[in-house]
Amino acid sequence: MNYNIILAGVGGQGSLSVSVVIARAAMAAGYEVKQSEVHGMSQRGGEVLAHLRISDREIQSPTVPMGLADLILAFEPLEALRYLPWLSKEKGVVVSASAPIKNIPDYPEPEAVLAEIRKLPNHRIVDADGIAKAAGSARSANIVLVGAASDLLPVPPEAVEKEIASLFARKGEAVVQANMRAFRDGRTQFKE
Amino acid sequence: MPEFVLSGDEAIARGAIDAGISGAFAYPGTPSTEIMEFVQDNLEHYKARLPGREGDMVVAQWCSNEKTAYESALGASFAGKRAMVSMKHVGLNVAADPFINSALVRINGGLVVVVADDPGMHSSQDEQDSRILADFARIPCFEPSDQQEAYDMVRSAFDYSEANEVPVLLRITTRLAHARALVRTQEPRLPNKIAKSDDPKSWILMPAMARGRWKVLLEKNVRFRKDAEEAATLALRDKGLGVITCGLGLRYYLENEDDWAGLNGGERPSHLHIGRYPIGQDKIRTLAVHVEKLLVVEEGYPYIEREIRGVFSAPVPVMGKMSGEIPLDGELSADSVRAALGLPKRDALPAPQIRIPTRPPQFCQGCPHADSVAALKEALKDEADFFTASDIGCYTLSALPPYSAAESCVDMGASIGMARGASCVGQKNAVAMIGDSTFYHSGMTNLLDAVSHKTPLTVLILDNGTTGMTGAQPTISPTSRLAGLVEGLGVEKGHIRELEAHRKNHETNVKIIREELAYEGVSVLIMRRECLEYLKKARRA
Repeated sequence: MNYNIILAGVGGQGSLSVSVVIARAAMAAGYEVKQSEVHGMSQRGGEVLAHLRISDREIQSPTVPMGLADLILAFEPLEALRYLPWLSKEKGVVVSASAPIKNIPDYPEPEAVLAEIRKLPNHRIVDADGIAKAAGSARSANIVLVGAASDLLPVPPEAVEKEIASLFARKGEAVVQANMRAFRDGRTQFKE
Repeated sequence: MPEFVLSGDEAIARGAIDAGISGAFAYPGTPSTEIMEFVQDNLEHYKARLPGREGDMVVAQWCSNEKTAYESALGASFAGKRAMVSMKHVGLNVAADPFINSALVRINGGLVVVVADDPGMHSSQDEQDSRILADFARIPCFEPSDQQEAYDMVRSAFDYSEANEVPVLLRITTRLAHARALVRTQEPRLPNKIAKSDDPKSWILMPAMARGRWKVLLEKNVRFRKDAEEAATLALRDKGLGVITCGLGLRYYLENEDDWAGLNGGERPSHLHIGRYPIGQDKIRTLAVHVEKLLVVEEGYPYIEREIRGVFSAPVPVMGKMSGEIPLDGELSADSVRAALGLPKRDALPAPQIRIPTRPPQFCQGCPHADSVAALKEALKDEADFFTASDIGCYTLSALPPYSAAESCVDMGASIGMARGASCVGQKNAVAMIGDSTFYHSGMTNLLDAVSHKTPLTVLILDNGTTGMTGAQPTISPTSRLAGLVEGLGVEKGHIRELEAHRKNHETNVKIIREELAYEGVSVLIMRRECLEYLKKARRA
C-alpha cells in the first residue's frame, strides 16, 4: 500500500497542521510515513506546500514524485491547479476548498479556476468556509477539508478524529468539539 | 529503542543531545533554525537526566552571528566539552575564518559543525555547497541521506572529531532538514568532563606553529580519505550502468530503482553510495571497471562528478550535472533522477488552460516593516537621486510591488556598507534599511566605518525586537539598549531618532526621515514596533 498526498494552500491556512493530523493517524495505524514541509520566508502569505507519503513499506523520496499523488488536498482552488502535474492520471483525486484567496493582483477569474477543477476525472469542491462557519468554528475550514477527503484516506476516520482531538486539546473542549463537528460535517458531504 | 517522528533538523538536535553535548551555539537561518530550537526546547529534560557532576553545565544559546557562535563552540572544545554549532550555508561564509583555521588546531572535546544548504533557494540568496568549503578547509564532511542517518551520524561525527582531533562538518539540505520520518534513538551518553586542552601550543596558530599544524592536517587528510573509502558502500550488479549517490540523492535513486530494474530484465544498476568526504577513490575505480557508464546523483554542486572527471578523460562516460543529464541548478528530485536514469515520465493529466500566477510571500497584515517602508518611499518621493540599500530579513519583501523600495539584498549587514560605499563616492541620499537582528549580526561594524569617515548616510534600523523571518527567535540584545549601542558607536545623539513604525504616525515619520536625509552626516532612525509573528508566538506560549 502506497498513498501519496499533496497538501496545497496559502500561508496561514493551517495546511501543515492537517498534514500532521493525517500523518499521526497513519502512524497509529501502523504505516510508515514521510512528510515534507516548507518553512521560512515562503510561509508569509505565499504558496505553502506539504508532501505526505504513507506506505506499508520503507519510503524513499521525502517528496511525492510527479504523477504519483493519490490526493491533492487544496485549501484554495488555484493552489489545487498548481500541483496537477503531481496527480496520478489514473486514480488521483482533487479535493479543494471552493473559496479563492486573492492576495495577488493577477488572480484568474475564480469561476474559471473552479471550471478547470471540474474538468478533472475525480474531484470534490467543498464549501469549507461555509461548513466550518455552520459548525461553529470559522477557523476550521482546514478540518472540514480533511473530513471531505476522509473516506479516501487509508486510515479509519476514528484515528483521524483522535488526532484532531489531541491537536486542539490544549485549546479546550469547546474548540475540540467544534473541530469534531467540522470534520464530521465535511465527511458527510462525500461519504460513500 | 525509543522512536520519535522527527524532522532532519530535530533528528540532528536529538542526536547531539544524546551524544552528550555541553554546548550548542547558532544564529537562526532557514533551513537550520529548528536545530537550535529543538535543543533549547529539550534542554531542561536533558539536564534532568544528568547525574549532578561538577562542571556539567549544558547550554544552548543563540549568538550574535555564525562567527561568534563558531568561536564559542571552539572554546567549549578547548575546555574538553562536546560542542555543536549550526547554521545555514551562507552562515558558514560568516564563520569561514574560525571554521577554516579550526582545522589546524588540536580539537579536544568533539566539535561538530552542522550546515544546512538550501539548493533551490527556498529562503536564501545562493545555492553554495558546503562540501566544497569543507574540502577547502581540509575538514572531513559527513552527509546523511535521511532522518535516521542524520541522528546516527551526529554521534559518529562527534566520535570522529574526538578520535581525529578535528572538527567535522555535517552537511544537510533543505528537504532533509524539513522532512519528517520515524527515528530510533540510541542510549544517551554523558557529556565530557571539563578538561582543558593539555596541548595549548597546538591552539596557537602563529606562523611557526601553524606550519607544523598544517603538515599534521595534511597527513590526517590521507586518513580521512581512507576512512571515507571504507564507509562508502559498493554493490556491483548490472554491467551497463553504475550509479554513484550521496545525501538525499540516495533516496531519489532508490525511489526509481524498481522501475529501472523492471525495464532491464530485473537487474539493478551497480551502485556506490558515498556518505563521507574527502571521497575515497578505489571503489569508484572498481565501479568504473565493472560498468560501461556512470551516473552521479548529488544535490548541490557537481562536486563528486568534478573530482571523478579530472583533467583527463574518465575511462567510461560520466553523466551528471556537468553533462546536463541532471540540472545544474535547483533541488534534486525523484523526477530529475528518474529522467537521468532514462526512465519515461509518468502519464499526466492535460495542463490547465488558464495561466497559474505565482504567489510570492508578502508582509503580514499590519506588519511594522510595511509602515516603515511606506514612510521611506514617501520621504524619497521627490528626490531625483537616491539609493535604498536593503538587507536580509522580511523587509527585503519591499523589493516587490507594490513597494518596489529595496534596491539591494546581498548578504547580512551589507546594506549599511553598500549605502556607505555608494555615498562616499558621490551617491546622493544613500539609505540603508536593516533589521535589528541583522544589525547586531553584521551591521554594527559598517556603521562604525561610516562614523569614522563621516560618511553622509541615513540608516533605518527596523527594530521589531526579534529575528522575524526565521520564526521570531530572540535577538542578542534588547530593544531598550539599541539607541545606546548606536550612540556608543559614535553616532551623534541628535541624529539618533526613535520612531514608532505605525501608519498612524506616517506624516511625522516621513518628515523626520526627510530631515535626516538632508543631514550631511550619519543618521540612524530606529523604526520601532513589535513583530506580529513574535506577538502570535508569545500568545501561543
